[in-house]
Amino acid sequence: MPAEIDIAKVAKLARLALSQEELDLYGSQLEDILEHAERVGALPTEGVPPTSHPLPMTNAFRADEVRPSLERDEVLEQAPARQGEYFRVPKILGDT
Amino acid sequence: MTDLADLSIAAAGSGLRGGEFTARDLTDAVLTRAAITEAHLHAYLTLDQEGARAAADAADADFSAGTDRGPLQGIPIAVKDNMVTRGIETTAGSKILAGYVPPYNATVVDRLHGQGVVIVGKTNLDEFAMGSSTENSAFGPTRNPWNTDRVPGGSSGGSAAAVAVGSALGALGSDTGGSIRQPASLCGLVGVKPTYGVVSRYGLIAFASSLDQIGPFARNVRDAATLLEAVAGFDIHDATSYRGDTPDISSLMDAGVEGMKIGIVSELAGDGIDPEVNAACRHMYDALSDAGADLREVSLPATEYALSAYYLIAPAEASANLARFDGVRYGLRVDGETTEDMMSNTRAEGFGPEVIRRILLGTYALSAGYYEAFYGQAQRVRTLLRNEFADAYARVDVLVSPTSPTTAFAIGEKTSDPLSMYFADVCTIASNLGGDPSGSIPIGFDGDGMPIGFQIMAPALHEAQLFRLAAAVERLAGVDARPALATSEVRPA
Repeated sequence: MPAEIDIAKVAKLARLALSQEELDLYGSQLEDILEHAERVGALPTEGVPPTSHPLPMTNAFRADEVRPSLERDEVLEQAPARQGEYFRVPKILGDT
Repeated sequence: MTDLADLSIAAAGSGLRGGEFTARDLTDAVLTRAAITEAHLHAYLTLDQEGARAAADAADADFSAGTDRGPLQGIPIAVKDNMVTRGIETTAGSKILAGYVPPYNATVVDRLHGQGVVIVGKTNLDEFAMGSSTENSAFGPTRNPWNTDRVPGGSSGGSAAAVAVGSALGALGSDTGGSIRQPASLCGLVGVKPTYGVVSRYGLIAFASSLDQIGPFARNVRDAATLLEAVAGFDIHDATSYRGDTPDISSLMDAGVEGMKIGIVSELAGDGIDPEVNAACRHMYDALSDAGADLREVSLPATEYALSAYYLIAPAEASANLARFDGVRYGLRVDGETTEDMMSNTRAEGFGPEVIRRILLGTYALSAGYYEAFYGQAQRVRTLLRNEFADAYARVDVLVSPTSPTTAFAIGEKTSDPLSMYFADVCTIASNLGGDPSGSIPIGFDGDGMPIGFQIMAPALHEAQLFRLAAAVERLAGVDARPALATSEVRPA
């Protein structure tokens, strides 16, 4: 089990722009929580299948019928920035 | 004369149908109660007075026309603010969704509307339902009506406080690790988490999708059954909705407990449980035994690992679910040079500390190199736990324990130590990992006058057994006290 967490890397993966101070705090709290969570490793689970979901269900299908979707304008109204019929975002491709 | 805000759902329904008062009278009484108590409690994030009065008038028009949409017609009900309501701000207690006005209703909200319910407003919660005290709301904590220096529990603390004090006759909450049952316990209410899939999650802002379930809060067992029956059932919009027949909920409520086989969970009866809570539960075990139930101890060793497994599985699912809050389609945006910067800035600014903590934890538990040791192992422990419960239910009809290891704790007491807060869920988590129904029933008070709750767990789809025992426990406990804040002598501070 890991003793040290690369918290800056985890924050980057999670798209969270945290300050160094925040990283230090969350890093140490995560170590405490994981120390407790690591207890799951104490149970022998060889050959035990994982449970990802409580219901024994596989595919859920519904009839392929045309249904009304949400009103486009009503949806776009909630966007922080829009341009016409689109969500507007800053540039996606970098210069480098 | 009883203030209408203090009536049970059943009594209010009789009064409405007997012409003793109108739905508008009832709604006005509840809104008046809210006007008095909200300054003390902050149960609501949004009170929809206008919408509530309009719905009450519509219910009255239906009554006059002879149209009866069922036992909740004209009844004022509160809805936790992580269920979307068309045209009414829905925040999930988060700054990242402040000002968000959903363009659609959650299925449960549509069902309530269809049955003539008066939706009073949207109740406060721990941000994205992550917490056990409602102190993690970005909009300030809710307080416990029994003692405003204490927490109401969480995450559905606003729903619990509203029903306890009479600013709603019942409420919907959501329960991922105990978020209905624990606040019900701390506020002296009946709260039920049904079998996973029995109530649609469509429009419930997702926290941990394999664990989340919507369920009722009420002041008595009958009302809780009525509210659950109103929202239960298959929904084509929720791919994880249960496709079989909706389980029987209330048909055994008068059956009594004679011959009922009840298992007391050994692992939840000793260390870490407050002595007064333990004593109250033991007293109830004796009363049930005297009433003819067959009680025995049942050991479920994997429950000792349930909390650890939960705090890997729930954050892992949360880290994926909360990826949608990225400043593009709704809610807060904090600018950045690139889209990725904008997203990272928005999320760091918009999420509170507990949500950030869990996103980091979940991201870590799912990351390459650690996935098997953490998330994979937690999922296997989940299987072991389910197997133990299945074995137990081959021998007993239901399992019982305290709902919460303590009664309501002080505001601020656990906020600086996240791990100590997580232990508040130690008795409730197993039912979420198993997907089984469970509920909390008030059975008394501690020396400080704070309510104590009794947890009943039943096998999947056996809600009828849960409600059978719940009704018996309610009769045996005979708790009928109300918080002082609910009495109409109280005036705004």
